[in-house]
Amino acid sequence: MIALLDIGIGNLSSVTSALARAGETVAVVADEGDWSRLMVEEPSISGIILPGVGAFGDAMIQLKTSGLLNVVRGAVTENRPLLGICLGMQLLFAYSEEHGNHVGLGILPGKVVRFTNQVKVPHMGWNDLTVVLSHPLLEGIHKGDFVYFVHSFYVQLAVNSPLLVAAAQYGDTLVPAVVVQNQVYGTQFHPEKSGEVGARILQNFVTISRQWAASQGGVSHG
Amino acid sequence: MLTKRIIPCFDVLDGRVVKHVGFLQNRRDAGDPVALAQQYTRDGADELVLLDISASEQGRLATRRVVEEVAAQVNIPLTVGGGVSTLEDVRSLLLAGADKVSMNTGAVRDPQLIHQAAQRFGDQCVVIAVDAKHNPTMGTYEVMVNGGKVGTGMDVMDWVAKAVNLGAGEVLLTSFNQDGTREGYDCILTQWVANAVSVPVIASGGAGKKEHFVQVLTEGKADAALAASVFHFAETSIPQVKAYLRKRGVPVRWQNQVS
Repeated sequence: MIALLDIGIGNLSSVTSALARAGETVAVVADEGDWSRLMVEEPSISGIILPGVGAFGDAMIQLKTSGLLNVVRGAVTENRPLLGICLGMQLLFAYSEEHGNHVGLGILPGKVVRFTNQVKVPHMGWNDLTVVLSHPLLEGIHKGDFVYFVHSFYVQLAVNSPLLVAAAQYGDTLVPAVVVQNQVYGTQFHPEKSGEVGARILQNFVTISRQWAASQGGVSHG
Repeated sequence: MLTKRIIPCFDVLDGRVVKHVGFLQNRRDAGDPVALAQQYTRDGADELVLLDISASEQGRLATRRVVEEVAAQVNIPLTVGGGVSTLEDVRSLLLAGADKVSMNTGAVRDPQLIHQAAQRFGDQCVVIAVDAKHNPTMGTYEVMVNGGKVGTGMDVMDWVAKAVNLGAGEVLLTSFNQDGTREGYDCILTQWVANAVSVPVIASGGAGKKEHFVQVLTEGKADAALAASVFHFAETSIPQVKAYLRKRGVPVRWQNQVS
């Protein structure tokens, strides 16, 4: 079972449906109390997904007031698989300049910046992936596979950043599309809306999460 | 590279897909929305647009159920519109599973709806749908509302600029004159709007053969091309259109090689 963090702005049904199609159940977690109960009642809980559309500043406020910030930090401490999708990925980083300057979760080093006006903003539609590093999250995914993006801000990373696993070219900008550090994963695109390619990536995250749960010993494969 | 999108659209009346020829003329039944959505997804549609044309409350509830079913079944983005006039309409469609909500007459009546929806749910899910009627004497385009029945006296270029300023993340631009004719998109209108705004533009109205898609995505500068009857009645198919676009050097999402 995957925990889906509800920060009150994202459309959770598309991620829930996509995980259901991948054969995985979902528990929606809206605050720290939900998480504590879930840890007792559902020992099969494995990975955590932080989805999200909306604004960076509002999302950080929501993470703090709901206590989900502690849930995310706790997950990182115990090396529990954590996947941020779109805004959820951006929140993992240190800073964002979306409508002012905001401090992010700071789990990953980097800053979220706006596209320049040389391209249409938002970056909306299907773009092809360049796989920079082979990784279990991208098992079965090939260079040139298309995924669906909708975003006006992107994570500014060096081309040789060790976080960068896959990228997409948009105008002059190399957009970090998949970032990974240990068990912290982020996709700038929406795997839940990216056809069979996205379905495979979510399936891979489910597999990674189950393996982690199994490695914790005596935990069933929810 | 970002690809050009091909977007099949269906009008849903009381839970069934219908296609009307022209804005005000005959309707023909075109089938079950969920089956059609699945078929288009398999065919390589890049997104789906579903417009609710129901007039009754029951019809609208039936459509809401269709949105839920389609959203649960397909793994590509879904835009839903038709009769959206309040923030609550937007919210309820997003909760039903829409990724984007398009607003037309409701936004003309209350432009702040665009701003409120963009603030609350993000620019990326607010689509401004504009029905544009050509005035051949003046060479201008007028914004039409109520499914093309009522002129507003507003110029399309002014309205689109205003809507984008208020926070619309995408423009769905329909040529009232071309819609239902299958004689091709209005490439001039589309190019004017696409050059004027910073957000993506979906061209709509007039698709009749695969050449029309190439025209509007190159000359017309559209980011996406929407079509309904040409796909419903199998005059051409999404794979055929995409193969042709590809041959003509237009970037499109192609075969995914998941192994």
